[in-house]
Amino acid sequence: MNAVISQLPPLLIVIPLLGALAALLLGKWNRAFAYPISLAMIGFQFAVSLVLMESVMDGDVIHYYLGGWPPPLGIELVIDSFNSFVLVVILALALLTAVWAHKGADLDIVPEKKVSFFVVFQLLITGLCGMAVTGDLFNLYVFLEISSIAAYTLVAAGRNPRSLIAGFNYLILGSIAAGFIVIGIGYLYIATGTLNMGELAVMLPAHYGQTTVYAAFLFMMIGFSIKVAFFPLHLWLPDAYTEAPAAVTILIATATSKVTAYAMLRVIFSVFTLQYVTDSFPVTELILIIAAIAIIAGAVLAIAQDNLKRMLAYSSISQMGYIMFALGVANQAALAGGILHIMAHAVMKGCLFMVAGMIIYRTGFTAIRQLSGLSRRMPVACAAFAIAGASMIGVPPTIGFMSKYYLVLGAVEAGEYLAAAVLLAGSLLAAVYIWQVIEVMYFGDIHDEDLGGGLEAPASMMVPVIILAASCLLLGIFVELPLEVVGPAAAMLLGGG
Amino acid sequence: MENLLVFIATRYIYIMTIILVMIGLYALIAKKNLVKKVIGLNIFQTAIFLFYISFSDVDGGTAPIYLPDGVSATYVNPLPHVLILTAIVVGLAITAVALAIVVRIYEEYQVTDEDGLQEVMKRQ
Repeated sequence: MNAVISQLPPLLIVIPLLGALAALLLGKWNRAFAYPISLAMIGFQFAVSLVLMESVMDGDVIHYYLGGWPPPLGIELVIDSFNSFVLVVILALALLTAVWAHKGADLDIVPEKKVSFFVVFQLLITGLCGMAVTGDLFNLYVFLEISSIAAYTLVAAGRNPRSLIAGFNYLILGSIAAGFIVIGIGYLYIATGTLNMGELAVMLPAHYGQTTVYAAFLFMMIGFSIKVAFFPLHLWLPDAYTEAPAAVTILIATATSKVTAYAMLRVIFSVFTLQYVTDSFPVTELILIIAAIAIIAGAVLAIAQDNLKRMLAYSSISQMGYIMFALGVANQAALAGGILHIMAHAVMKGCLFMVAGMIIYRTGFTAIRQLSGLSRRMPVACAAFAIAGASMIGVPPTIGFMSKYYLVLGAVEAGEYLAAAVLLAGSLLAAVYIWQVIEVMYFGDIHDEDLGGGLEAPASMMVPVIILAASCLLLGIFVELPLEVVGPAAAMLLGGG
Repeated sequence: MENLLVFIATRYIYIMTIILVMIGLYALIAKKNLVKKVIGLNIFQTAIFLFYISFSDVDGGTAPIYLPDGVSATYVNPLPHVLILTAIVVGLAITAVALAIVVRIYEEYQVTDEDGLQEVMKRQ
């Protein structure tokens, strides 16, 4: 392997961390510096992630020992097909969100706070990158907390004082979750004496029968379930997504929730291995049942909402159920579908939240019934909403259809016909909550005439939305492209790699 | 009965950690005052720190420092201590952010408890 590429993983974290500091210091001097530096750093991370994915696509794994200390003494960074794929997805979304936020941040962030806003924004993304690349459990916890603390700060950073309360509740539940994860890591360390994920996978089979390992598994499962807002531990999510500044909602709904889901899958499959999980307790069946409830309950709650952002937040709970569903079925097709859905949901939910933010930016409307006739005022934004919404429902040939197709395929292969029916029912319910918005947008009458027409948002907000809406379609049509990475990643997880 | 007594006598530190975790979680869930919630969070995190420190301890163990040749000693595992140093920093950062948010809530609403917040929300 190329000598330069093998040095890239730590630079992915170190250079943006220094960049955040530079943005803060230069931003104090002149406010105009902070945003370009942040954008350049996120762009740098995205470029690095593309190079890394390209070099591990043929099944290579990059190991980087920090400080030259090999594990178990040192901390290791690992890049394989699964996490390089997650990195590319979240950094692409983060980059588009950063472009969107150039104008979008004006909506909720006072000008004096913009420097600190973009610095914390970048710290959040750097924490997420760290979570994705690390091969050490305690390191994972530290990066999880870096990204979470940044997320609490950003959620509470809005002009709207309600965002403070949402941020505080998020902080309390998030910290309890993190505490549970640390307890679980402690138990694993007691059982094996190592924190390296690869080494844990080798050493744990000798300790499978121990209560310590059971306790570790359960503590970590509950901790991660709170962090990804897996129903019924989702209570922080609707308020946090609704009240947070628009740009922050996009980022945490796409990047944060996806990386946390990645970390959960990684811990379950790479540390505990699937065999342990299925042999020791009926936990996969339990996850399947709860995921089915999450899919239905999230969608039903979404239908009942009047606030557009809150509706999308409940829809996120439903969609997180789809990813957990893959974990419950746990065969090649379902897992490929689940990993594909990590990308699909990031792309379509990013697009939907961006359009919701643009509507608030131009009109101040937050309620669905206020959007009456909006398609005549913001035709491009509404078209993007319709495409991403179709993908959310799972209309072919969108990416949302492909990921759900693989999930259903996996469920049928596993003989879980009832569960497959729940997936389809979830899609029908998604059609209801997406359609009620599209109906109002396209077939409603314009009520307040004095607002005028031609409210399309500025180009810097429009371009990311168009890119995301187009990728909803293109990724679905050329689904072989992501599948080239997703298929091996799913196979690797099932093999316990 | 004797087994239980032996268990308590040898493992009391773990029982104490469990009690501390429960006190912390109780405060997080049941207390209405936001500052008390932050204190509960600190108790919860401190209990986890104590758990790590106590499981790394070895009877008669000493600090892992190189001794002159010919002298040997039992070392206490230093890794959990180092991990907890990191976790303390993380906990400090969380407390700072939480208190900053409480201060901002007080500036906006002039209350620091959940009941008061709900009343203010209703009035708006």
